[in-house]
Amino acid sequence: MAETTLAPPEVQAETLLDSNELVLNMGPQHPSTHGVLRVILKLDGETVLGTDCVIGYLHRGVEKIAENRTFQQFAPYVDRMDYVAAVSNGLGYCMAVEKLLDVEIPPRAQAVRVILTELNRIASHLLWLGTHALDIGAITPVFLCFREREEVLKIFENYCGARLTTHAFRIGGLQYETYDTFEKECLKFCDLMEQKLKEYHDLLTGNRIWVRRTKGVGILNAADCKDYGVTGPLIRAAGVEWDLRKAQPYCGYENYDFDIPTAETGDTFDRYMVRMEEMVQSCRIIRQAVDGLPEGPIKGKVGKVIKPPPGEAYVSIEAPKGELGYYVVSDGSLNPYRVRVRPPSFVNLGALDKMCRGSLVADVVAIIGTIDIVLGEVDR
Amino acid sequence: MEQLLENPHVPPLILTAVIILVFPLIAGYIVLAERKVLADLQVRLGPMRVGPYGVLQPLADALKLMLKEDVIPSKSDKWIFWLAPVLSTFTALSAFAVLPLSDRFFVADVNIGILFILAMSSIGALGLILGGWSANSKYSLMGSLRAAAQMVSYEVPLGFATVTAIMCAGTLSMQGVIASQLERGVWGAFDNYGLMLIPTVLFIIAGTAETNRAPFDLPEAESELVAGFHTEYSGFRWALFFLAEYAAIVVISALCVTLFFGGWLRPFPNVAALEMPLNTLFPVALFALIALGCSKGIFRQALVGFRLVMAALTGLFLLVAAAFALPVANELMIGLFWFAFKLAAMVYLFIWYRGTFPRFRYDQLMDVGWKWLIPISMFGLILNGIVQLLARG
Repeated sequence: MAETTLAPPEVQAETLLDSNELVLNMGPQHPSTHGVLRVILKLDGETVLGTDCVIGYLHRGVEKIAENRTFQQFAPYVDRMDYVAAVSNGLGYCMAVEKLLDVEIPPRAQAVRVILTELNRIASHLLWLGTHALDIGAITPVFLCFREREEVLKIFENYCGARLTTHAFRIGGLQYETYDTFEKECLKFCDLMEQKLKEYHDLLTGNRIWVRRTKGVGILNAADCKDYGVTGPLIRAAGVEWDLRKAQPYCGYENYDFDIPTAETGDTFDRYMVRMEEMVQSCRIIRQAVDGLPEGPIKGKVGKVIKPPPGEAYVSIEAPKGELGYYVVSDGSLNPYRVRVRPPSFVNLGALDKMCRGSLVADVVAIIGTIDIVLGEVDR
Repeated sequence: MEQLLENPHVPPLILTAVIILVFPLIAGYIVLAERKVLADLQVRLGPMRVGPYGVLQPLADALKLMLKEDVIPSKSDKWIFWLAPVLSTFTALSAFAVLPLSDRFFVADVNIGILFILAMSSIGALGLILGGWSANSKYSLMGSLRAAAQMVSYEVPLGFATVTAIMCAGTLSMQGVIASQLERGVWGAFDNYGLMLIPTVLFIIAGTAETNRAPFDLPEAESELVAGFHTEYSGFRWALFFLAEYAAIVVISALCVTLFFGGWLRPFPNVAALEMPLNTLFPVALFALIALGCSKGIFRQALVGFRLVMAALTGLFLLVAAAFALPVANELMIGLFWFAFKLAAMVYLFIWYRGTFPRFRYDQLMDVGWKWLIPISMFGLILNGIVQLLARG
């Protein structure tokens, strides 16, 4: 038997007593832990008895960095947390500082923010779908998803020059006016997306192996979701209609007509269906926002130097992965006194053990995939 | 020379040498074909760098694998670690001995040919199990345990499907099975009023599981077990496992083609009117089309060397097309052509569902094997037996 030096002492001590259990160290170098997550699995054959997540391999001290940067300087750093949904991260941070400053954002800036954030939600969900399917062994969807995601990234690139870590928003509104064909390209993308979603459904939803691999796997019911503080598609798949865009509208979301997709059992298949439907709803929002895009200024009344009055603000938004919160404290200087992030990936990952117990090794990768974590956000 | 060729042992030996020398190259090109077909399914191009359109990629891969450092884990069971890939490759290549490549190209036509292939593919599983076990790695161990369970479960329906085909043909000899299909004037898959389709489908499913291909690729499940049983293998030992896997695919496909799709016979072998169009026109047109496709590449490539490669390929395929137009050469090659054509179709099918299906879970695999495939294959055997008894007396 190989030495179990990789397992922490308490796990080792437990396993030494019973030789039937196998401690398997999954990650940080593993094809399907979505980055540098390390999961220590305690196995009986192929059955999972318990899991232990080891995180921090990507810890960069983002929250501490904030204290040594001015409010504007810190904005690009938040893009590096959930780099798959950088626009949402930027929006949350900007809104928190704007709340401290108490400035009003012009309607045009609000609408463009909604469009870009929803596009980013689709891009994030596409990445989730591709990698999730890849984890379960379907190797084709990932390429199809990246084909559509490319179209979103092109819009970002045309808008602000960056594709991934966009830094699209500025405190007080927007830096750039939209480009000439922006509206047309957004609408074109929505058409494309609705058409391609059918393709994904054909490939996966009707596939019996896919359904068997996801139905009844990693069930997390509504009560557990609330206990663990799990948000986003996970809690909606468990039947709770909780979406911050509806519950506490921001950025003018109250003006748009869209549904919150929910499901009942809260298993992997339900989460899959919820996210698929969310992409449709995002397209709906984008269409409405583009059609009613108001004219006007794109930046509110903020000075060149941002120096919020002493105080604190907490703003949470509905990021693709769940509730993303920013708690910003100002002591009246140029730098934030403290920035604290409530990352959805980190909180949702907490439920991994609950979801994995009693399932099989193959389910663990499916469940990691269905939680949709980004390690940049888990570790910060 | 004449005397040498008349010795009954010499032609099989020559053919054996040719198969052993040429098959690694063929396997390399099957890998390239797989990568290209998958790329086609997945809106990308596949290998494009080594040679024009990546046609020299297999050679580059082989060179790389041969030059790689040979790592043997320090805590592994070295002899078994060494033995396992050899065992897998040896058994997979041994099975080629009884494959009827055409009416005149085969190493041996023994009266237990089918049994020999099944035996070899079973022993080949031992290679995976030993390889995974000896590496002393947890991922490898789990991979080899899965391999063991899978082989045991799926050999049963595979066996039942084969038995049904043997019963229909009335012989265990590979050439004999083809001869019986010619005699009965129908492919094994459509015999017994179409009831033989049951074992045919089951054979393809169980055969996929037997060769560890997606969606039954659990022993190497990349996203779960990193690389399963060959996690600790690298360089040429890994290449041997790879070679064994592709050899196993070819063997299972060949067995399927022989048992159910007429082996080296052309479609409708008893309809004389189709002799000319199928045996001469079809191959000539096929290779001429391929040559035409290659000739376009001559003008599309920028590098002179790449243009030369495309020109050489064009010439080669034109030559093959011309050879099929010559009656003497045609007679020599047509059996091989149909066998290879059907084999290629089977291999395409294997690649196709790798690109389409997600992977089964371990318990679901057992479920499908024991609760569905085995009962259905038994039912198919009994049903075909009854029908055959009533129809043929």
